[in-house]
Amino acid sequence: MSNAFLYALVGVGLFSLGFYALIRHVHLLRKILAINVMGSGVFLVLVALAKRTGSALPDPVPHAMVITGIVVAVSATALALILMLKLFAETGQAALSDRRKE
Amino acid sequence: MEAMLADTAWAVMLIILPLAGGITCFLWPTLSKTLGLITVAGVALSVAGLGRQMMENGVYRHAVGGWGAPLGIDLFADGLSLLMLIMTALVGLGISFYSRNYFKPQEAIWFWPIWLFLLAALNALFLSADIFNLYVTLELVGLAAVALTALTGHRDALNGAMRYLLAMLLGSLAYLLGVALLYHDSGSVDIVTLAEQVKPNATVWAALALMSAGLALKTALFPLSFWLPPAHASAPAPVSALLSALVVKASFYILLRLWLEIFGFFAEGAATLLGLLGMAAILWGSLQALCQTQVKLLVAYSTVAQIGYLFLAFPLASGSDSMIWGVAVYLAFSHALAKSAMFLAAGNLVRFGGHDRIADLDRVVQRLPLTVSAFALAGVSIMGLPPSGGFVGKWLLLEAAMVQGRWDLAAVMMIGSLLAAGYVFKVLGYAFTEAEVSHNAKTVPASMEWAALLLAIGAILLGFMAPEILSLTRMTVSSGAGGAAP
Repeated sequence: MSNAFLYALVGVGLFSLGFYALIRHVHLLRKILAINVMGSGVFLVLVALAKRTGSALPDPVPHAMVITGIVVAVSATALALILMLKLFAETGQAALSDRRKE
Repeated sequence: MEAMLADTAWAVMLIILPLAGGITCFLWPTLSKTLGLITVAGVALSVAGLGRQMMENGVYRHAVGGWGAPLGIDLFADGLSLLMLIMTALVGLGISFYSRNYFKPQEAIWFWPIWLFLLAALNALFLSADIFNLYVTLELVGLAAVALTALTGHRDALNGAMRYLLAMLLGSLAYLLGVALLYHDSGSVDIVTLAEQVKPNATVWAALALMSAGLALKTALFPLSFWLPPAHASAPAPVSALLSALVVKASFYILLRLWLEIFGFFAEGAATLLGLLGMAAILWGSLQALCQTQVKLLVAYSTVAQIGYLFLAFPLASGSDSMIWGVAVYLAFSHALAKSAMFLAAGNLVRFGGHDRIADLDRVVQRLPLTVSAFALAGVSIMGLPPSGGFVGKWLLLEAAMVQGRWDLAAVMMIGSLLAAGYVFKVLGYAFTEAEVSHNAKTVPASMEWAALLLAIGAILLGFMAPEILSLTRMTVSSGAGGAAP
């Protein structure tokens, strides 16, 4: 098993772990962190698989994709955090209210 | 003048114009209403310019900054993209006209810039030719849509927006992982190159599953539609109209593109699964809509049901009927017009009575005749009655299902139309009767009534333009300019 493949597997593992946490946890900060862990998993896969050609130099295109992806992830996290703060100010809890309880 | 019209890079204008408009709105908030309307009108004119160019030269390709693919980012438009751009421009015009008088000043300064950013992102998405650029634009669409949902800052809106955002991010990450796998398999993100190189193997199947699941979540395909009703019902009326009419179509468009060009050739089993989920969506969404007691939630569940119809195209197209993709896009177009009209009409009812409880509508038909007509006409298209756009689209789907002997699909389509008639008439019935509690009614500006009515009339008129629109969808790379001739 090559190193690159191992890294890619770890990336998929992080993605699955984040997915589990996203569904499992109620607190919104944990959910936002889970989304970020999932994102890191995808970025790790992209970086690892950049070594697809087998030559010494990795393919630069996935690296550019990861940079773009990080920018997107930062803005999405910022929006999620401000929404969470607003929701906390409005309801007093940092969790989604269940519609069945209303 | 003639040469200038033909040479302008209209596709670039479609992205730059709303982006610049949005930034200007942030800088001069007092002018945002005027600036917003001018920008949306400019975008509509640019779509017309692009359409004229494409009628003459066939499909459009523009290498941004002179850097062609694979290094640079290409803008690409064929018949399907042009149709989605026209849909966005028309619905955008109607909703902008409506929003002029809808928002209070302190909400308007946020609505206009974010709506223009959403418009730029939608246009960029429909003009993208590579799967990574589609990811970026999809995220831009999602972030702008979530910000618009949370606009009022009410408890329900914030809750709906948060749920919406988490679903959006989950969907796009699954899609991005699929992009990574596809890139690993074939070393390209360009859709045309991928279509040539992709052979079914384990990596490609994993990519197909991840991308389809992510996009189905974003398109709110049953059972992944849990986020849609709270978000769409709690947002302000023009925003609900934008979300239901345009934003869900964006992710559907990507899914359709991927299947049309790449996956459609080998993934028949997966197409059957999407068709089954579509059937479940029609039945579940329609039944839920029938049970609702509030107009906006009813309209939101109706969206879940109507999205189901779009997914019936997947199993039918794998039966070697490539026309079906054009029908799906046509149906998406007519749903966009009808559903935006319905949400705007619902917004008028809320403005008028201060609530949207169906049972307490209290003779609105006499007091808001234009709004109720808009709701009824849009309902005609949603039910699929002639001569509306919804009728032609559903008829063509039904015909294809019968030709291929898919009686299960045909039966579900007919039951769906029947249920749609049920929920539309449920609202219309109460519009004629007197309610037990009378309420102090507020006046609704005429422009808001007319915007809803014009969009609904558009949904009906679309039925008469079916041959032109369906021939437009056949304009692809291989057919060249000839495919555009009606």
